[in-house]
Amino acid sequence: MARSQDDQWLVLALWKKMGSNVGIYTTEALERTFVAFPSTKTYFPHLDLRPGSSQVKAHAQKVADALTLATQHLDDLPASLSALSDLHAHKLCVDPANFQFFSCCLLVTLARHYPGDFSGEKDACLLGHVSGSCDFCTGLQVMLN
Amino acid sequence: MARSQDDQWLVLALWKKMGSNVGIYATEALERTFVAFPSTKTYFPHLDLRPGSSQVKAHAQKVADALTLATQHLDDLPASLSALSDLHAHKLCVDPANFQFFSHCLLVTLARHYPGDFSPEMHASLDKFLGHVTSALVSKYR
Repeated sequence: MARSQDDQWLVLALWKKMGSNVGIYTTEALERTFVAFPSTKTYFPHLDLRPGSSQVKAHAQKVADALTLATQHLDDLPASLSALSDLHAHKLCVDPANFQFFSCCLLVTLARHYPGDFSGEKDACLLGHVSGSCDFCTGLQVMLN
Repeated sequence: MARSQDDQWLVLALWKKMGSNVGIYATEALERTFVAFPSTKTYFPHLDLRPGSSQVKAHAQKVADALTLATQHLDDLPASLSALSDLHAHKLCVDPANFQFFSHCLLVTLARHYPGDFSPEMHASLDKFLGHVTSALVSKYR
């Protein structure tokens, strides 16, 4: 799937806005993943998976750092994702199917925390993104899918 | 997949809260679907798919009405979804794979409009509900 400059800009803008809160949102997304998709828990027999667990928080921080790394290499994603994929498979212990569940939950989490940024108002398009998407969700979905 | 009373209650509570706005949210979700998953557009060569299109809005309203019908038959979902599946496959013209994309976009849409209500449990219940709708569509579409 082609990744336009607009999509990249949108993802970067959202990441900048989140600042150091990325880990907070990945923690919420991970907790959502375990509640909405219980089968994902079977990959974490070694962790305490209750809401509020410090182990879930620590794991979510690793995912957050990996995603932040990906945002810093959007122009060379295949290469950076190769390293990310290795990290993902060997250290983060989540297979691609589970990551799809997680990415869905992350989008829901970000949509409820940044409702205005997930807006598709037409006037936002006219402000400078005529050919691309003005929707952070789209940029993030493109990156995550 | 078991459907607990809690799940039903959560879905019904949100639907009641949305009231007559279901069509508005379905429209936003459909527009998101077309932007985020452009391949879905190929199923609608007969419609004007630009944002704000009245044809997209009309189509989304049909989907909204179908989902509302499903929420009113949560205790007998297989039977009510049989009718929904017929409607979906023959009139709504969206195949099950595309409906999954739409379901995902609907979750995002509802999360941004009802951030306070969108607890992990509500999220899980809606996802199950939409999953059942998708399953019913698969059974008729093949």
